[in-house]
Amino acid sequence: MTPRVDLQKFLARAGPVVVVVLAIFTLWYIAAVLLNAPAQRDAYARAKVVDYSTGQLIADTTSQRRPVLPAPHQVVEEIYKTTVLKKVTSKRSLIHHSWVTLSSTMLGFLLGTALGTLLAVAIVHNRTLDKSMMPWVIASQTIPILAIAPLIIVVLNAIGIQGLLPKAFISMYLSFFPVTVGMVKGLRSPEIIHLDLMRTYSASPWDVFWKLRWPSSVPYLFTSMKVAIAISLVGAIVSELPTGAVAGLGARLLAGSYYGQTIQIWSALVMAALLAAILVTLVGVANKAVLRRMGMAST
Amino acid sequence: MTLTLRSVLAVAALVGALGGFIVPIEIGGADTDRVMIWPHGALLVFAGLAVLTAMAAISDRLRGPLLLAALFLVAHFGAYALISSLGDEAGKRGPGFWSLVVAAWALAWLVADRVAAIESRDRLKQRLLAIAIPALFGMWILILWEIIVRGFDIPAVLLPPPSAIGARIATSVPTLWADFQQTILKAVLIGYILGCGAGLVVAILIDRSSFLQRGLLPIGNLVSALPIVGVAPIMVMWFGFDWPSKAAVVIIMTFFPMLVNTMAGLASASAMQRDLMKTYAASYWQTLFKLRLPEALPFIFNALKINSTLALIGAIVAEFFGTPIVGMGFRISTEVGRMNIDMVWAEIAMAAVAGSLFYGAIALTERVFTFWHPSIRGS
Repeated sequence: MTPRVDLQKFLARAGPVVVVVLAIFTLWYIAAVLLNAPAQRDAYARAKVVDYSTGQLIADTTSQRRPVLPAPHQVVEEIYKTTVLKKVTSKRSLIHHSWVTLSSTMLGFLLGTALGTLLAVAIVHNRTLDKSMMPWVIASQTIPILAIAPLIIVVLNAIGIQGLLPKAFISMYLSFFPVTVGMVKGLRSPEIIHLDLMRTYSASPWDVFWKLRWPSSVPYLFTSMKVAIAISLVGAIVSELPTGAVAGLGARLLAGSYYGQTIQIWSALVMAALLAAILVTLVGVANKAVLRRMGMAST
Repeated sequence: MTLTLRSVLAVAALVGALGGFIVPIEIGGADTDRVMIWPHGALLVFAGLAVLTAMAAISDRLRGPLLLAALFLVAHFGAYALISSLGDEAGKRGPGFWSLVVAAWALAWLVADRVAAIESRDRLKQRLLAIAIPALFGMWILILWEIIVRGFDIPAVLLPPPSAIGARIATSVPTLWADFQQTILKAVLIGYILGCGAGLVVAILIDRSSFLQRGLLPIGNLVSALPIVGVAPIMVMWFGFDWPSKAAVVIIMTFFPMLVNTMAGLASASAMQRDLMKTYAASYWQTLFKLRLPEALPFIFNALKINSTLALIGAIVAEFFGTPIVGMGFRISTEVGRMNIDMVWAEIAMAAVAGSLFYGAIALTERVFTFWHPSIRGS
């Protein structure tokens, strides 16, 4: 494979994505100008500026302090200001807030993955649990659990548990589900012929689990973990809302919406999106590395 | 006798029931320090019956449906006796009480274990079993919740017992109905229909351009993983406090899963099937409506299911950012503030029922429309 073919392939895959992303940014700018123009015209009328050019109008609409829709460069500028220029320890540093959200996301994700895996193991090994619990595991997700977030926060606060744990608990509740469902599938994925082979070896259930079921469920585990970590982040952000906007990306969203700071909202939103993309990518990279070491990597 | 889960459970039931005779039911009461089981008629009867049935299960004297019926009746009589003994304002529950709880619970688990082991070829029986076992499980969650919360005197501010939540639901039907209308009927339903509809239509529109598809699919996948709930404050700013802003959040949340799934579904018809349509000289639209859309239905229904949960979450969370004084999210956040936890649980129960019904309705529609799909035919 020559590098040139690689480059062509890459361009063929990335080209359409780049074009669509550019189109989105263009639409964003047009929308920003259109949505902010009425307020800007009002401002001109108040300042008695009569003869303004279209160019000036566009320039002004994309540099308002509290626009209806901030232009992309304003958001980037705000993120730059609050990440690079602010000290990490500052209350206004977006890195500080991202860290708060990230820590509860990670704790909730780890707890949720552990719980989900344990449940899946129990379900696969016990018929009664399979029949009685699996429908409830599915039903548990038709409940809009994020609605309970304020309740869990306040109740746990009342018995003296505060800070990271209640938020992680909500992330855990959201993230255990994909892991349970995926792992039940994964632990059942060995073919009957393999299970029979283990039986001819007179393998104990313990050995069947560690040497056959667990290894063959690893790809399923990673697929579920990708979903789990994304939803864990959503849980962490939403669970920051009822704590009264103390810290975290959710708190930034809430504070921004209280004070009409649209640029702040958008920068928190973009930061959350970046965080989600990074986390999902990390799980994907770990997935590839582990599968390669296990000799299961698909080329 | 080998050590199986069944024998362990039967022994646990026996030991638990015997324990009820030996150790006190109440400790630290008003007049006396400890009360044994003897004044509690119902509990006494239950403990006696539990010893008998557990012995019958262990010794294998009673088998089949007769044992199952005995276990079922005794376990639930036990639940009734235990819960009604909580009613009289007595002292703290002693170890004997909890020992009896363990006995009742072990008996109920034995019932579930035996029912789960029943093999049946009859379709109707299978269907009934598939409902009965989870129903039993759910009921015992409620029973244990009630017993533990009231037995340990957990303050209602932390966790109200199910009976209190039920009473609350019964007394505040008008409020719940108003919230239901505001959140579910307006925000969720309208947003869900518009969002899913838009996703479907856009997927079909860009179907002819492979360039747009290759560009949009990775982005759609990425956006599906993003915390879109975060746009809620922006939507509240743009569309005001009433339901349109919530519907807007729901539209954005449901759009991308639908788009991505429909695109994958439209691509799922095999080359062989398409070739067949070509030999029929079918036009693009004929192929779309007669082959590719039906073939995409399982994917579309998958998105509809995912979206049913997302829509509820989106609408309720958006209400945290500002609402008129009605709506489920509004009620939850204000009643939490006023420490009316039973009202919060009533809302949660309603959301759970609404969510499950919504999901169930979609699953049923799916069975009707994709009856030909292996996953439906097989079951």
